[in-house]
Amino acid sequence: MATVGRALLILALAVALYGIAASIYGAVRGRDEWVASGRRSIYAIAALVTGSFAILEVAFLRSDFQFATVASHSSTTTPTFYKAAAAWSSQEGSLLLWLWLLSLWASLVLFATRRQLRRVAPYATAVLLGFAAFFAALLVFLETPFALLAAVPAEGAGLNPLLRHPSMMIHPPMLYSGYTLFTIPFAFAVGALIARQVGAADWIRATRRFALGAWLFLGIGILLGARWSYAELGWGGYWAWDPVENASLLPWLTGTAFIHSIMIQEKRGMLKIWNVSLVLATGTLAILGTFLVRSGILDSIHAFGASTLGVPFVILIAVLIAASIGLVVWRRAELRSENRLDSLLSREAIFLLNNLVLVAMAFVVFWGTFWPLIAEALTGTRRALGPPWFDTYTVPLAIVLVLLSGVGPVIAWRKATVSNARRNFMLPVLAALALGAVLAAFGAASRPLALAMFVCGAFVVASVGQEFWRGVGVRRAMTGEKPLRALRSLVARNRRRYGGYLVHVGMALLFVGVAASTAFNDARDVRLAPGQSVRAGDYEFTYERATSRISTRDGGLQKISFGAVVDVRRDGRHVTTLRPERGYYPSRDLSGLGPVGRFFEGEATSEVGLKAGLRRDIWTAMTPDIRRLLPTIEEGDRVFSAAAGKLSPQLEGQALGVALDGIVKKYLADRPEATFRVITSPLVTWIWIGAIVVFLGGLIALWPGPDAARRRVAARYAARVAEDLGRA
Amino acid sequence: MPPARKRKIRLVVSLSAAVVLACALVFTSVSASSEAVTPSELAGAKAGASYQLTGKVVDSSVRTTNGGVDFRVRDRNGTSSVPVEYKGAIPDPFKEGREVIVTVRKEGATYVGERDSLVTKCPSKFTEDATQRNS
Repeated sequence: MATVGRALLILALAVALYGIAASIYGAVRGRDEWVASGRRSIYAIAALVTGSFAILEVAFLRSDFQFATVASHSSTTTPTFYKAAAAWSSQEGSLLLWLWLLSLWASLVLFATRRQLRRVAPYATAVLLGFAAFFAALLVFLETPFALLAAVPAEGAGLNPLLRHPSMMIHPPMLYSGYTLFTIPFAFAVGALIARQVGAADWIRATRRFALGAWLFLGIGILLGARWSYAELGWGGYWAWDPVENASLLPWLTGTAFIHSIMIQEKRGMLKIWNVSLVLATGTLAILGTFLVRSGILDSIHAFGASTLGVPFVILIAVLIAASIGLVVWRRAELRSENRLDSLLSREAIFLLNNLVLVAMAFVVFWGTFWPLIAEALTGTRRALGPPWFDTYTVPLAIVLVLLSGVGPVIAWRKATVSNARRNFMLPVLAALALGAVLAAFGAASRPLALAMFVCGAFVVASVGQEFWRGVGVRRAMTGEKPLRALRSLVARNRRRYGGYLVHVGMALLFVGVAASTAFNDARDVRLAPGQSVRAGDYEFTYERATSRISTRDGGLQKISFGAVVDVRRDGRHVTTLRPERGYYPSRDLSGLGPVGRFFEGEATSEVGLKAGLRRDIWTAMTPDIRRLLPTIEEGDRVFSAAAGKLSPQLEGQALGVALDGIVKKYLADRPEATFRVITSPLVTWIWIGAIVVFLGGLIALWPGPDAARRRVAARYAARVAEDLGRA
Repeated sequence: MPPARKRKIRLVVSLSAAVVLACALVFTSVSASSEAVTPSELAGAKAGASYQLTGKVVDSSVRTTNGGVDFRVRDRNGTSSVPVEYKGAIPDPFKEGREVIVTVRKEGATYVGERDSLVTKCPSKFTEDATQRNS
């Protein structure tokens, strides 16, 4: 099957190259049949890559260790769900996933626009096929997922236990969907520039939903990664300003900017150069994000190991940048604004300011991420910037951004009058200031930036709430509907607008959660013996007793866990009992390890003890001190090594079980010390609640409105008339 | 004020703000950054200066301490190593032989890790080819 999988990829590469030629030839010569053939190439690639991906998935599900990637990323004991998801935990598997998603999304957009954008679509098709050809070539020539092992192992290395978390399995497909979807507006922008159609907004309208989808998927992917980090890793944080994390944030920031600024082009015919530059930059940054994980040019905890992909990606990115700049300069005459900014007190001005802040944030993140390379080029010494540097710039910018997200939705287009501003902002400003005064009185003034974020967040919630309130009021007055029905109809009739408002509320909640949990958390690292306590915030954590257990799966030992029962009290009153653990998975690599010792030398993972709440999270992780067990483990190794070959495998397995059971009981009897990290952190839950609100708002904005079907029929009719006129 | 003049003033103000911010960015990047080094490059380290150390945890060098861990870090492809005393969060994947990044300051003969600065290579990416391939 590996041969078939590889053959499908080779065929996909050939079809992509043919499709590029067909699309360009069709566009230049005005031959519709060639254009259609180019478009169908994408559908064919989607089918071929789906077949290839299915073969890889089946290999994972069947634990076919002849496939090198299956042997190194899965095992027979890996749960089925994780076997399926392990396909994209490798370099080659993740590249195949990228290509597969690209082919699916590109097929969808080209099918949806098959009767529109007749001059732009062929070039956009060629660009999308160009991306497909690039990734197919990588998979065919450099990183094949269908490499076979000369000697088939009886068991695979298994998926790293840390990755066995549902959000970690969905995180890569979400990120890659975001990246691949951002190539769609990029491709159509290039098409519009080549076809001299960039001034018109129809290419923006045709791809807007895909841009919003990209933004949403990438955002969800980033947040799922953050959630996994918080709930699964033993450090209690959710963002580390790591280069690879930053790389995913860059296209999201510029994508957020252009989702807003394209509205100005649609409404007022302004900011055309800015918009097309943002779209092109976002597409290029999406490729940069994909590249950074694979290149090894920056020291990142998330980067793949040594790779040969650096040079091809650098060439691709250089081509994208050069072509983007060249096209914008070439078509600058078509990109002149039709209108000018009438007033700084207008929605256009606020959107522009929002764009400047987002681009400034993106630039700061880009600069900080690439500073090691910039410094090395300038001084010959590689230097790195830590989280405090990023916080210095991004925190104030985020505060301004949240403030603007409350102003933008309610301020008038063109020019807002003083009375209009007073009417729209009086209540939200008063509500936000009142909340700020209360919070300051309760001690929040000690962290002025956090307090500013709370005030701005409250302002956003109040201003958007006021918009909903007024909208429902107007609707009720017009139709006499009951409040909930009026709210439903209001949102259903203006999905994009009210979905967008919800996204703003969600972002405000998310940023408030980040500000509170960063500024007011209390984290302690301490070594405790049973009975000892540590204080964090208003809470007292007491290590009551040790725990230990052996987990089995399919008749085999899965992991040995050593943990603790931690009693949490506030003012002497019991609040909760936490049970953090550290699980030790057996090592698959048996070289140099004893029969008993190997059960303690594999991957170790933390099971966090977490009491999440709307007001505060109480979080703990622990690392047991197993040094006292080492003599027993070494003794076990000696005994079992001496008995090797003298016992039947069944008897040896039983004896090993008894020995491990003894070690687990000894751990409890020793009353062991352990190192704890305890954290009390306010409002963390609001980060996840905010994310859910953003997701819901995004879905509402993406959902086709009731007039979408009418528009589709009108577009089809217009296309038919154009065809008939062409024939005549 | 004529609109053209208004636009010119806005442009000058915006460009000035951008230049000031860019200068601040460059200045703070230089002053706040730590030199990224490998253990062998730490030979000439200055006491008190901050370095971002990258390397592999030496086998049998890890000792648990109160609230942290002591270990040695060696070059990725070499044997030159330095001792590190670290307190703070210890990432789950941290173990002997793993690649780590930690911000350190030289204090006497040892290097003291900055709190919570220790990171270990993401477990999803340990994809060095340990197996013989036959494609």
